Amino acid sequence: MRVRGLALVRNGRTVLALDDWSVPAGGRWLIVGPSGSGKTSLLQLLAGLLLPTRGSIEVMGERIDAMPEARRDRFRGRTIGFVFQTLHLVRALSVLDNLRLAAFVVGERRSEDELRALLEAVGLADRARARLFELSQGEAQRVAIARALVNRPRLVLADEPTSALDDGNARAIMELLIARTSEIGAALVIATHDARLAPWFEHRLELGGTS
Amino acid sequence: MNLFRLAFAYLRDRVATTFLNLLLLVFGVTTITMVLLVAHQLRERVNREVAGIDLVVGAKGSPLQLILATVFQIDAPTGNIPLEEAEFIRRHPLVASAIPLAMGDSVSGFRIVGTEPALFSERGARMARGRLWQRPMEAVLGAQVARVTGLELGATFIGAHGLQGGLAHAEHPYTVVGVLEPTGTVLDRLVFTAIESVWLVHEHPRPSRAPSVHHREEHEDAGHEEHAEHEDHANDARQHGAHAERGPSPDAEITALLVRYRSPLAAVQLPRLVNERPRLMAASPAFEAARLLAILGFGLDTLRLFGLLVMAVAALSVFVALTNALEERRGDIAIMRVLGATRGLVLRELFLEALVLSAAGLVLGLALAHLLVELLARSFRQAFEAGLSGWVLAPEELWLVPAVLAVGVLAALLPAVRAYRLDLASTLARG
Ligand SMILES: Nc1ncnc2c1ncn2[C@@H]1O[C@H](COP(=O)(O)OP(=O)(O)OP(=O)(O)O)[C@@H](O)[C@H]1O
Ligand SMILES: [Mg+2]
Repeated sequence: MRVRGLALVRNGRTVLALDDWSVPAGGRWLIVGPSGSGKTSLLQLLAGLLLPTRGSIEVMGERIDAMPEARRDRFRGRTIGFVFQTLHLVRALSVLDNLRLAAFVVGERRSEDELRALLEAVGLADRARARLFELSQGEAQRVAIARALVNRPRLVLADEPTSALDDGNARAIMELLIARTSEIGAALVIATHDARLAPWFEHRLELGGTS
Repeated sequence: MNLFRLAFAYLRDRVATTFLNLLLLVFGVTTITMVLLVAHQLRERVNREVAGIDLVVGAKGSPLQLILATVFQIDAPTGNIPLEEAEFIRRHPLVASAIPLAMGDSVSGFRIVGTEPALFSERGARMARGRLWQRPMEAVLGAQVARVTGLELGATFIGAHGLQGGLAHAEHPYTVVGVLEPTGTVLDRLVFTAIESVWLVHEHPRPSRAPSVHHREEHEDAGHEEHAEHEDHANDARQHGAHAERGPSPDAEITALLVRYRSPLAAVQLPRLVNERPRLMAASPAFEAARLLAILGFGLDTLRLFGLLVMAVAALSVFVALTNALEERRGDIAIMRVLGATRGLVLRELFLEALVLSAAGLVLGLALAHLLVELLARSFRQAFEAGLSGWVLAPEELWLVPAVLAVGVLAALLPAVRAYRLDLASTLARG
């Protein structure tokens, strides 16, 4: 993944400017910076949820910012896993169906065994039939991680994945994210102002003032 | 996972709203369908009754009353017409066939109609058992008359004067010689006999003009009009023995003539010709039936309007429900998009929800309407006798299918557009 000459202008204000930054396959980066420094915006740009004002974004050698929208949607679904701070699951569906949904929207099928194995890997083997309101924050975050991995992405983006969790849960979630992504060889980029995450990362991108 | 499962999951997720919307849809569809069904069958029935009758010639009065009395058999006739006048019509070159009807008596509330066997071929009625009458006082029963009265071949019955059952004509019993197959028309509810039977049962009219009836030559009873009834009776018995055909008295009367035209030209000329004669009136069954349906149609239109109103409320309710649901679902939609769903897929899912709901409302509503009409037919004798049934498909119902589905799609349109335009970045940032 590589960005070049990136600039994002929102409401007439340049909220993000990034000259050259790349993450190798399987690399692990932490994006830090004060509130409003553009962390979320950067992740959204990388996922093709937002388009840059200037510059280019290449993911797996493809210009995600230059694709037609429908293709960009499917490309994102197949190659990028996204984990949010609190926005976790589709309310109307069970945990298992949330995982199925991830495969379905990009036209894939996953066997129930495969999905249950994924749930087991995030420690939720027994909650397959549960609904969103039956889960704790930490459990819901684990499901979100499992779902981000359903389509075996090459790049996992997480926006404040631990900010709503206590120390124990935050640690468990981080270990899970790192273990699962390195298992499938996916790169991991996390945006946070959560200082607890620093020890896990060899690379840091500081936003706000520095660039 | 597929789009249907997803749509079902969302409908189930807000089960109370879904149920309310379904109820409204079913209510609307049921009301409209019931009106369509009843109106359709009413129209069918009326058209079946008037089929093959181009014109009814009877005594002067209200044309609608004449048609009601002679074609639908539900009103008193306008009066009688002299047989010679009838013969004038019968022999007119523009007339293909003219069948006389003579009415006046009834049995167990069923009218006795004196006529000619040609009526059966004209109206497409067939004998179920027995035979046609060969002499006066022999009767052929309509299917329903036979069923209700239990009269079988060979049974005798006495006609009551008038149509509601007045004085009995005990001295002139009828004998059942045949029973008709069901026709689904008013014929099922009539008793048929030779026209002479009706003359025989009633007092003979006085002679007046020289009759111009072709039967007259062989008419033995001419000039005996003043005879007391018992003499008549004896005379009649003698004729039966001789197997002779009994002719009418010189100024015998009939109630009406059912006329079929020989050519379309007759429709222009014949009614005027008939109406110019001082004692005759021509009434068009098709025209009067259309008037009748227009009168009844007003009530049905009101009901239909009510059904449309309910449908509109249902559509509005579905619209409000989807719009509200959309507010709650912005996050879900954003997640789906992040997971790789295109705008198109999100759009399809929303429309599918509305379609599933309206299709369910449609199917349940149609089924309920047919069931209710059938129940109606079974619980009200008149409805049943009018031939009402729930197991009939009104052609207009087919229009209901695209119409109701379109209502569903329309209700989903605005929410879908808003879902389509959903700004991903800000929805996601809001968390
Ligand atoms: N939808 C939007 N439209 C316009 N401007 C926006 C929008 N979302 C965010 N911004 C602006 O973009 C800038 C960067 O916001 P962003 O959410 O990327 O920051 P952040 O680093 O993630 O902050 P936080 O740590 O609070 O999450 C902010 O100044 C914000 O006001
Ligand atoms: Mg942020």
